[in-house]
Amino acid sequence: MQNHILDYLSETVKRKPDKTAFSDGTDALSFQELSDQSRSIGTWLHKEGIYREPVVIFMEKHPKTVAAFLGAVAGGCFYVPVDAEMPAARIDLILENVCARVIICDGSTFEMAGKLRFGGKIVLYDEICRTGIDEQALGGIYDAAVDTDPVYVVFTSGSTGVPKGVTGCHRSVINYIEQLSEILGFGEDSVFGNQTPLYFDASMKEIYPALKFGVTAYLIPKTLFLFPVKLIAFLNEHRINTICWVVSALAMISAFDTFKTILPAYLRTVAFMGEVFPIKQFNRWKDALPEADFVNLYGPTEGTGVCCYYRVKEKLAPGQAMPVGRPFKNTEILLLNEKNERAGEGEEGEICIRGTSLSPGYYNDPVRTEAVFVQNPLNKAYPEKIYRTGDIGRYNENGELMFVSRKDYQIKHMGHRIELGEIEVNVNMLDGVKMSCCIYDQKKSKIVLYYVGEAEERDMAVSLKEKLPRYMMPNRIARLDKMPLTANGKIDRAALQEKVQGK
Amino acid sequence: MQELLEILRGLHPDVDFENCKTLIDDKVLDSFDIISIVSEIYEEFDVTISAEYIKPENFNSAEALYSLIRKLEDEE
Repeated sequence: MQNHILDYLSETVKRKPDKTAFSDGTDALSFQELSDQSRSIGTWLHKEGIYREPVVIFMEKHPKTVAAFLGAVAGGCFYVPVDAEMPAARIDLILENVCARVIICDGSTFEMAGKLRFGGKIVLYDEICRTGIDEQALGGIYDAAVDTDPVYVVFTSGSTGVPKGVTGCHRSVINYIEQLSEILGFGEDSVFGNQTPLYFDASMKEIYPALKFGVTAYLIPKTLFLFPVKLIAFLNEHRINTICWVVSALAMISAFDTFKTILPAYLRTVAFMGEVFPIKQFNRWKDALPEADFVNLYGPTEGTGVCCYYRVKEKLAPGQAMPVGRPFKNTEILLLNEKNERAGEGEEGEICIRGTSLSPGYYNDPVRTEAVFVQNPLNKAYPEKIYRTGDIGRYNENGELMFVSRKDYQIKHMGHRIELGEIEVNVNMLDGVKMSCCIYDQKKSKIVLYYVGEAEERDMAVSLKEKLPRYMMPNRIARLDKMPLTANGKIDRAALQEKVQGK
Repeated sequence: MQELLEILRGLHPDVDFENCKTLIDDKVLDSFDIISIVSEIYEEFDVTISAEYIKPENFNSAEALYSLIRKLEDEE
């Protein structure tokens, strides 16, 4: 039985050493190069005495970044990806949480890494990727691994202002890749086009299936997602036939009427996730690619990748909602009502996840872990964890799960999961801010920040950029003379929500 | 031009749009901005910027974007 994610690579490299594994259109690594470089990195870690601990990978989107991830795992460690898009203040919070002893950088991030609050070693990928491979040491590390060991820690927004590190382990990742491959029909002829940044677990959809099937995954440069015609031309140039993108990336292409200028010539599988697909845009995709397989994916990072799917066979009528669908095999969804019982037919409940896909929890964070990774209330007999997503759902008449709303102030914006509370905490720390509140304008997909204080709107934007990642930046900042309050003195979100809609 | 600068400043109050010529090259604008700009240009100028015109050279500066709007207005 496979119990290690690197088994995918060690099998494939024997069959297809010279095949391109990862490419960004300019630079590429073959499976042999990927294997050699990752084992060099693993050996280097071993020599440094770094074992069973986090290795921070601070590199731009590039094939070598994947080799660095796998290198950390080859060395018996787990990777913690951070990105130059994150402001230094946020990376510092991540470093404080994981207490890593090493950061692996590339030329573009090395300087920034030197300025971080970090006392450990900062090394360049290119300098350690040629370390002579110590087969025996790596073999010993491999033999000692168990499938509940972590593979990665990826960070997601936290409402307290401190990001949460979600751990993922071998068996959850293997389970995920096996189920996903079956559902989306991945195979030896797949050609992947990766959209999501590598510091999200969403990028596993291309990384590990590429290793499993010995096929190429193109890591599409981020700037192409600003220019839809060039993006489709890239897909066509590389004969990309399989994509799993956030909805906003797909919707942008169709919203600009790109298909009147250029059509994807090879696409046959279009999976999407991160938010609800606007019906009008989905139908344009369906019209453009009537033969393609369209699959809606759903699932939180805490459930390792995604864990529910819905195959959309027909165009949708205006106003019709797209189901979240059904869980992957080997995952159960429990819909629990307020009494912690299974929700009845048509009744709303919290979507909870049970099974191997569950993350072991948040890294170095027992308090927040215990809040949402809880004993299955339906099982009184032995310890069994479920994850409470905070998503409210219900079953439709076909028994398919439908997403209804959130229990809290978490939003999905341009495919990113954001706690509005995290933005507010950072705003409230700025000079000249007395009070603030963030509202999400669902209709226009805009984060609107209201605040009270003497700070100028322009200065707010400048200082916030030092604290928040780009995707969490408010799209509109408005100063108020006075914050609307409810009868018991809390900020009146409903009133602000109305203000946003009225504008 | 003033209307366009206002649209751009609405997205990034801290950027000097009058002089910056590298809005794309220096990653000042992201895909969300492009979507917002195109839809606000449509509302303000009644000009549709279709996919074929969404190219780096047309979005690198306010000036380039403005001449694109002018050109599309003339075509209509």
